[in-house]
Amino acid sequence: MDTQSIDPLMKLVQTLLDGFAVGGMYALIALGYTMVYGILKFINFAHSDVFTLGAWVSWGLAARALRLEGAADAGGTPVWAVPVVLLGAMLLCGTVGFLIERLAYKPLRAAPRLNVLITAIGVSLLLQNVGQLRVVFGPYPKSMPALLPDVTLLYVAGVRVPVVDVLVIGLPLVLMLGLEWLIFRTRVGLAMRAVSYNTQTAALMGVNVNRVISFTFVLGSALAAAAGFLYALKYVGLKQPADTTWVMLGLKAFVAAVVGGIGNVRGAMLGGFAIGLLEFLGVAYLEPLYRDVYVFAVLILVLLLRPAGILGRAAVEKV
Amino acid sequence: MALLEIRDLHVHYGAVHALQGISLEVAAGQIVTLIGANGAGKSTTLRAISGLVRPTRGTLVFDGRPLAGCPPHEIVRRGVAHAPEGRGIFANFTVAENLEIGAFARADRVGAARDRERALELFPRLRERLRQNAGTLSGGEQQMLAIARALVARPRLLLLDEPSLGLAPQVVQTIFGIIRDINAAGTTILLVEQNAHLALQTASYAYVLEVGRPALHGPAAELAASPQVRQAYLGLA
Amino acid sequence: MSAAAHRDGPPAVWAHAWRSGAPLLVAVGVGLLMHFAVQPAVGAFKARVLVDIGINVILAVSLTLVNGFTGQFSIGHAGFMALGGYAAGALSYYGSYQLFGAAAFNGGVLSWTASQGPFHGPWVGGGDLLFVAACLVGGLVAAGAGYLVGLPSLRLRGDYLAIVTLGFGEIVRVVLQSTQTQLSQAAEVAATPWPLLTLKLGGALGFIGLPFYTTLFWVYLAVALTLTVAIRLKRSSYGRAFLAIREDEVAAEALGVHTTRYKVRAFVLAAFLAGVAGALYAHLVGSINAGELGFQKSFEVVIMVVLGGMGSVSGSTLAAIVLTLLPELLRTVTGSVNTYLPPAYELPDLRMIIYSLALILMMILRPQGFFGLREIWDWRVRRRPRPA
Repeated sequence: MDTQSIDPLMKLVQTLLDGFAVGGMYALIALGYTMVYGILKFINFAHSDVFTLGAWVSWGLAARALRLEGAADAGGTPVWAVPVVLLGAMLLCGTVGFLIERLAYKPLRAAPRLNVLITAIGVSLLLQNVGQLRVVFGPYPKSMPALLPDVTLLYVAGVRVPVVDVLVIGLPLVLMLGLEWLIFRTRVGLAMRAVSYNTQTAALMGVNVNRVISFTFVLGSALAAAAGFLYALKYVGLKQPADTTWVMLGLKAFVAAVVGGIGNVRGAMLGGFAIGLLEFLGVAYLEPLYRDVYVFAVLILVLLLRPAGILGRAAVEKV
Repeated sequence: MALLEIRDLHVHYGAVHALQGISLEVAAGQIVTLIGANGAGKSTTLRAISGLVRPTRGTLVFDGRPLAGCPPHEIVRRGVAHAPEGRGIFANFTVAENLEIGAFARADRVGAARDRERALELFPRLRERLRQNAGTLSGGEQQMLAIARALVARPRLLLLDEPSLGLAPQVVQTIFGIIRDINAAGTTILLVEQNAHLALQTASYAYVLEVGRPALHGPAAELAASPQVRQAYLGLA
Repeated sequence: MSAAAHRDGPPAVWAHAWRSGAPLLVAVGVGLLMHFAVQPAVGAFKARVLVDIGINVILAVSLTLVNGFTGQFSIGHAGFMALGGYAAGALSYYGSYQLFGAAAFNGGVLSWTASQGPFHGPWVGGGDLLFVAACLVGGLVAAGAGYLVGLPSLRLRGDYLAIVTLGFGEIVRVVLQSTQTQLSQAAEVAATPWPLLTLKLGGALGFIGLPFYTTLFWVYLAVALTLTVAIRLKRSSYGRAFLAIREDEVAAEALGVHTTRYKVRAFVLAAFLAGVAGALYAHLVGSINAGELGFQKSFEVVIMVVLGGMGSVSGSTLAAIVLTLLPELLRTVTGSVNTYLPPAYELPDLRMIIYSLALILMMILRPQGFFGLREIWDWRVRRRPRPA
């Protein structure tokens, strides 16, 4: 590409826009990682696959259940398409998250963390490969039907901002504000914070710990599903469920959670946007080939210099 | 009939047989104390009552109904509040939030607000620090918060685990005064204490534990006078 | 005469030499047996399966040193394999150009498989020496990377190592996939200095045209050495230190075990062996592609270690054997079932679904793996592990 012909300001704005869009998705996924880590102190490797599921369920609802393929060209998609598909995906993934915790992780509540980590890898592989079955989503890439008209909402420094981008950047912000309110202003949020601080003491306060854990999985999975929905909407082309693209996206979101300080909800939001921006700035101004390298290099740097992450407290291993 | 009745309670931590047949009774309205050396199983007994550890044998009956198989959060709802060893304060919460989580099990908002008011009257220093992070409180204030937090659950039985731990003698005196007041207002208390002298002064009945086994029990005044207890636990000849 | 009388005399030296040299002799013996007795007997196809098994055994046993012995959790093993394969490939490919004028086979009878036809040549050719050197260099490069990754991350908690190794594996993959086009003209190679040659490793297309040297002999030589090292390590004071770390890191530290140092050593050794496995793999297939050595390959090795029993050398060996054979078996089964089914209802490849279910069920029902810390030969002797 001839970089000379692009206006430097336009390039910057476009890069920031892309970075924010992806950063919002990373943040939504990172929240699930960080909330589960905060409460159960283990890395839910299967979380990235719930995100994948969210994208594919969105496709399934839009293309198969509602038959919206080509609707955008043939006179427009109904207005309810976006909320219905979004809520459907969030609901379904929330249920899957609930089941994963009940069936795979709950029996291991007292087991060493390593075992839970291995189980999580098992769940991750299971979700990927079940998704590949022909009776589920099949082993081929698919493309997401357009749910929004291709309308330009505004121009920023000459860069076109379509309505999809507004949704992709706006929805994560709305969801994060909602989550912030839930965690810091409601009873259930108080219970979540208590369980995260000390499970046993929380139980002594009358908090039903199992219910809080289930709720956390449902919440995290629903947020990941929202991210999956946005991904499908913005990038349209969905690789097959076991494709490494998905795992890479999930891993970067995990890096975002670690960089922000794992266990810290605000850290996950910050980390998500930081990683998204870093990735796109690196691609735009350094070498596009090393897209993934930037992210993991930052991970290693953070782990070396500040293992608790930007907003995290130093993790002390309890004796 | 006793409010709490424990019969032949056994608890194992892996291969360690921590409780080897504890039996005790707490009559309604009393302060009963469990004394004994480190590792005698005092805290484990309390943890078994609130459901944090599962007994391998024996029965726990609270208010006429067995506690077996009851999860901790249900036991709180049935009227047992536990101020755990080491206070168990949520250090990243404000004092107000700690009190709020203490009343988590309650459905009646009005009653909870009234009990919060009452607890703050007992511990006026907490009222001054309501907006402060609980982690910044002094040890004595944290202990006060732990007790206040247990009180807002409106327990019928209050389990106190080592309320004097690590506190200055003067603060200990204050706290034990308040414990007597709480009892006088109608709350039954099971008190675990390493300071046997103080415990026997406060309680009306006492049990002495020795490495997971019950050794002695009797009215607190009698035990305080018994030569055995005076020598082993009170450091008196 | 009592055994103690030997302790200071020359026989002790011989005993020492025997102790160090015997494994090598035994390994060479095993390799020769596989090459000259087993290979002709089983035929080319089964011999190839045996080679795959051997490489997987090296990978699984080496990962057992980390995941099993020290209880750390590494999921970037394929990254070390890739590094080893590329480093070895670079040496044998460009080295062959510089030594023999072409990247062609230049070895002896030990590097020649029966399927390639009758062999008329020396026992050991110049190419064999280059190949052995390449394997060692591959291992050393991987070990160096293991040191760089392990030193900082092993100070952190176990699950951080998992993330770092995963990230490391991906970085290795991306970097190797963005190397420059490889050279394939002798004149070009001759004109390019070595540091530049190491940058030309084929990029996204993979590093191809490597000479074929890997045979049953070399693989089982390496397998025998790997197993010896692993078993001796487990029995040595090092091994006990490793297991102490696994049981309780804080207590091990209190007992004077320098936990980070031991963890790094285990990690570096495991990386070395994975690098050697990568080198063997590269010269088996005649090419290596980092794209195929992503975390999915790492997970495969993890599954072998977990199912075999974390810390059991024989258990992970057995798991590696079974899990190498299983896909073939499953393919046969689904293949024959599918002949009776209409195309729309054909069974898909169920391998990964079965693996993942096995992994989950194993963790719930038998979290220590099939063998736990025990070895197969421990089974008859005592039913319970020694009390700590």
